Amino acid sequence: MTDHFSTPAHNNFSPQRLKGIVRKESLQILRDPSSIAIAFVLPVVLLLLFGYGVSLDAKHVPIGFVVETPDTNTQSFISMFKHSDYFEPQQFLTTHKAKQALKERKIFGIVRLRNDFSDQMLSSGDSPIELLVNGVDANQARITEGYILSIWQLWLSRTAQVQGKPLQVPITIDQRVWFNSALKSRNYLVPGLIAVIMTLIGAMLTAMVVAREWERGTMEAILVTPVRLSEFLLGKLIPYFILGMGGMLLSVAMAYWQFDVPFRGSFVVLFFSSTLFMLTCLGLGLFISTITRSQFVAGEVSILVSFLPAFILSGFIFDINSMPPVIQWLTYLVPAKYFVAIIQSTFLAGNVWPIILTNCAYLILMSLVFFALIMKKSHKSLE
Amino acid sequence: MFYQILALALKEFQAILRDRQSRLVLIGPPIAQLLVFGYAATFDLNNIPVAIYNQDGSHLSRELVSHIAGSPYFEVVKNIQHDDEISPLIMTKKALMVIYIKSDFSNEQAINHSSHLQVIVDGRNSNTALLALNYIRTIIINFNQQFLKTQGRHPPPAVLKVRSWFNPNLLSRWFIVPGIVALLTLVVPLIITALSVAREREAGTFDQILVTPLSPFQILLGKSIPGVVIGLVQGTIIILLTVLWFKIPLLGSIGTLYFGLTLFLLSTVGIGLMISSLSITQQQGLMGAFLFLVPAVILSGFATPIANMPELVQDLTYINPMRYFLIIVRGVYLEGNSYADLISQFWPMTLIGLISLTLAGWMFKHRMY
Amino acid sequence: MNTPSEAIIQLDNISLSFALPATSVQALDNISVKVKAGQITGLIGPDGAGKTTLMRLLSGLLKPDSGQAKVLGLDVVKNPQQIQSMIGYMPQRFGLYEDLTVQENMDLYADLHNIPVDQRASRYEKLLSMSQMAPFTARLAGKLSGGMKQKLGLACALVSPPRLLILDEPTVGVDPVSRRELWQIINQMLQEEHISVLMSTAYLDEAERCNDVILMHKGQILQQASPEVFSQTMQNRTFLAHSTALSKRHLQARLSKEAGVLDALIDNDDIHLVMQEAIINDVPAFNDIEDLHIRPTRPHFEDAFIALLKTNPDPGNAITETETEAQKSSQSSNDLNQKQSRLKNNVSDSIIKVDKVVRRFGDFYAVKGISFEVKRGEIFGLLGANGAGKSTLFRMLCGLLPASDGKVEVAGHNLRTASASARAHIGYMAQRFSLYTNLTIKQNLMFFSKAYGLRGKQQKERIQWALDEFELADYYNTNSNDLPLGYKQRLAFAAALMHQPDILFLDEPTSGVDPLARREFWHRTNELAESGVTILVTTHFMDEANYCDRLIIMAAGTELATGSPEDLRHHFKSAQNPEPSMEDTFIALVETKAENRKNIND
Repeated sequence: MTDHFSTPAHNNFSPQRLKGIVRKESLQILRDPSSIAIAFVLPVVLLLLFGYGVSLDAKHVPIGFVVETPDTNTQSFISMFKHSDYFEPQQFLTTHKAKQALKERKIFGIVRLRNDFSDQMLSSGDSPIELLVNGVDANQARITEGYILSIWQLWLSRTAQVQGKPLQVPITIDQRVWFNSALKSRNYLVPGLIAVIMTLIGAMLTAMVVAREWERGTMEAILVTPVRLSEFLLGKLIPYFILGMGGMLLSVAMAYWQFDVPFRGSFVVLFFSSTLFMLTCLGLGLFISTITRSQFVAGEVSILVSFLPAFILSGFIFDINSMPPVIQWLTYLVPAKYFVAIIQSTFLAGNVWPIILTNCAYLILMSLVFFALIMKKSHKSLE
Repeated sequence: MFYQILALALKEFQAILRDRQSRLVLIGPPIAQLLVFGYAATFDLNNIPVAIYNQDGSHLSRELVSHIAGSPYFEVVKNIQHDDEISPLIMTKKALMVIYIKSDFSNEQAINHSSHLQVIVDGRNSNTALLALNYIRTIIINFNQQFLKTQGRHPPPAVLKVRSWFNPNLLSRWFIVPGIVALLTLVVPLIITALSVAREREAGTFDQILVTPLSPFQILLGKSIPGVVIGLVQGTIIILLTVLWFKIPLLGSIGTLYFGLTLFLLSTVGIGLMISSLSITQQQGLMGAFLFLVPAVILSGFATPIANMPELVQDLTYINPMRYFLIIVRGVYLEGNSYADLISQFWPMTLIGLISLTLAGWMFKHRMY
Repeated sequence: MNTPSEAIIQLDNISLSFALPATSVQALDNISVKVKAGQITGLIGPDGAGKTTLMRLLSGLLKPDSGQAKVLGLDVVKNPQQIQSMIGYMPQRFGLYEDLTVQENMDLYADLHNIPVDQRASRYEKLLSMSQMAPFTARLAGKLSGGMKQKLGLACALVSPPRLLILDEPTVGVDPVSRRELWQIINQMLQEEHISVLMSTAYLDEAERCNDVILMHKGQILQQASPEVFSQTMQNRTFLAHSTALSKRHLQARLSKEAGVLDALIDNDDIHLVMQEAIINDVPAFNDIEDLHIRPTRPHFEDAFIALLKTNPDPGNAITETETEAQKSSQSSNDLNQKQSRLKNNVSDSIIKVDKVVRRFGDFYAVKGISFEVKRGEIFGLLGANGAGKSTLFRMLCGLLPASDGKVEVAGHNLRTASASARAHIGYMAQRFSLYTNLTIKQNLMFFSKAYGLRGKQQKERIQWALDEFELADYYNTNSNDLPLGYKQRLAFAAALMHQPDILFLDEPTSGVDPLARREFWHRTNELAESGVTILVTTHFMDEANYCDRLIIMAAGTELATGSPEDLRHHFKSAQNPEPSMEDTFIALVETKAENRKNIND
């Protein structure tokens, strides 16, 4: 009886069925502009927004000056600030007025030179320059403080030179900043952003595709055909992978041409590691998709588990080393962490093999875990 | 009249709170975000991995090294013996910084009374590099002053004395955590209101409401109440946590804070309702909320200062209610600001709230179908 | 090739339950059944009987908790993929990709069934010509009409010639013309390719066309027999009653309360009576009704269905209580009567006026120039297939959608711009019984009563009235999402009646509801109309047109005909068909129209 009914071709992996799903999915992508928008418009918009909106480089910081007795010494000190790109000095007549301006957030800090400034300078030295900064934004305050510190040192040595008494500083620092000598924050933020944005896009692209079939009722019809689960999932993955990689290439091109980020590594390495990363993100999305049955929940979950952790825990902006240990462990679960390390290095440092290889290994591991979970969680039946 | 609006608001609450999943969404993510942001989102550095390459070996150089190693900011991960060890350490991020003391370090000091110290830093993350350089510079300046004093030599003609207001130890947590109050009271009420009409449209109940004697304006009002109330409750929980758990000083008056919070919620809810009246499906509502939220958070000064943005982008931030509320929250928490100090923040938010609510009402009437 | 008598499906002691948050539902309860090959087997039963679950189980989508199920001789648990390569399955929501074209949908299913490319052309040609879709291969499936979608869904299920075709309610929401075409395709496949068909249906007249019928109820099989056997039990139990002294609705209400009457239904111009016991060579007698003419009639299949379900008492079931309810509701609606007898005084007013109303969406005309008037106390029907424009028209009447052109007036107001007080006079029940699914019955009723401004004692009374009248008290604190469909409909109805409206708008109130719940619904509606409430109702069930005083039939946004059901039917009386049903009338109307259009095009 069984022999009588069975046909031989149904049990093996069938390229034709795979092709059928791939073609169907591609046509749907082409007809529905939303996934194309997610893959190409969203990264451009987000990259522009973040690239220009997120900057830690302080420039033209308004600083107030209170000089009680102006003379050549104070004059030369203030002119240092005037010639710096970092500051916009403003003069105040009294400390009280300056403090008022600081409170009103019109200036960020106050430099005060007392009336005995020059006298003390000439006699005992150690003449105090008082700096008061608004510490609310601690990072900004620190960076400003650093800038003022270096201006002060520069001023000291210039004054000494003018007066013909070379300054004797026991130890001076020669700083060598590798990879990003101008310390432009955009150079590291933009590549990191690519990782963050592609996590979101990769997850969003696939998160909704299975849920959409459930919602529209097409899943039931597909499940009753002889299609195998692996064919179905692979058929969904391939078109979105191509789409996602397209978005990735676009983002890299923008980083290079639009934001002038130097690219020192090899493109092949970046491409290969992006492939792994994209697979991990699509896997994450597909996993979300298989455990939720509505597009709405899938969309919400994918934003929640991809975007926020990638933003905060990937080390793209906040230093992982400085986080508490528990949170450092958590970062191992964030795929973007690995890709941030790879992409920042390939852009700024070149092919650093130990970084590339370890992080790629983690990405391979993560994608394998996701695909194993997907196969485990989805059955060809309705619960 | 008012009775019917209340009935609608009550129903909204019941619909939100009865569902276990949506209750979880109200409580879980905010708390998780508060903890993660509170602990992870910090620019403060500690345990900066640093490698020492001391070719000199004199008393002076050893004293300098012990100064660096003794600082809580640095952690010596390796003592280097060879030049070619430097590059891999930095490349692979095992060390952020290499302190390189050349062999003529003490010699130079003896002849010139001044020697050079080379600091090599990984600039891939420029902010970290900048901060690490600042730390090392501060250590050296202190070292210099001490050294001059012990040697009985002349101090530099002028010294820089730094004080910081409002946040004396410059803890970035004091900056970030109050910001979370604004962030979370933005996200949840916005999503609740942005989805509220679309959810009814999808379920078909919206038509059912429209045929009741409730006017569109009343419906809008009834729908905005839950967002504001939930925002206030959530805000209260978060404020309590910031003070009791994170020990952030709250110097100003609670009244000012809540006044600002209420205005902020009104403008948030207004924007949420605008999204709501435009979207037909919940998915569109969610997308709309997301598309508003991301720029609103990025361009608010939450993590990075608005002053660093290009001019054009800075102008754009004026229509972002979160920009104003962040200043209010931080002002009240850290600076102890009063109503009068914050007038310049209150009125733009009120304006945004009024405009968005009016626009929402208008769009609502014109997109009733 | 197996002989026709061979069992193509064999179930032995199959049980299957679903876990819900609170309880578990026994969807299939120890079922054993055999389905013969080479014929059409119909699966019928009220909503929630387990029909869909059974079909999903047979196609390998669900696994039974216990028992053995064999399809085509293969075990569904062990060999689902093998079975799936030999069956065609069309789920309730046809499973088409709306953003793919007709051709692309068929290609997809051909690929999934591994059909070699060279064999496709001939198969496509056959299916396309059978479904008359050859001109539309390049059209997106989403742009097809409801009937066409169903035909495409069927074609997709047939791309790979199946041994067994499983169809889950293939004709729901489909207009009569398309329904007829679907049946033609199925019959043709049966004859030419010797397939077997298992189909579930909500239309009992369709069950009559099956070779074998399985009646399910509460996860069990009540009976399996040929339709003739079903009907035979009803021999001498069905009669047609007619009285010149009473209106149809009145007569129906009276008769259904009489002892010995199992069911009374409006059937064209008469009342179709089903008696509890057979009356041989005589007609039942009812003393107190004047001028009553009763004659015996041929039993419908539906009679057997109703009789079987009504005589299967099951506490808490919506179905068994229709009779007692009818009595109860007539008492409790006395207060309603008082209020509305006042309204009846000036019956001749037109309370709803629609004049040349047009609705455009872009360059698509959903409604083009419809006019009609509805008088106080009338039941007015809007009939038409899906996509005919009746919902658009309906929404304009309720003020939910502005008209692009023309005039819409309800009680002298345009509801879109009318004040709140004008809206307080209307009640509205949306399609799909739109209620707050995660609120309880109590919370839903509280909200709607408050929204209509009821409070205090009055509110309490009305909620109590709703609970009594619609017997919702048992489910008072149940989430409305967890209610059986019939109860959802009752709750939606109750919510629409909280404020005792003068005009009631009902949008597809019986769609998806089983025949028993439909009867119960019309019972209440009739009563409301008797008490003077004006009712505007849309439906795609043609037989329900008989409940209306007057109706308009729409197709493609235009009016096909307006009038009383009697007038419309009599218009198409012919020698071959002396007593046309509403469905015949509809088909005739559509065909005349198509003819006209053809003439214009030529």
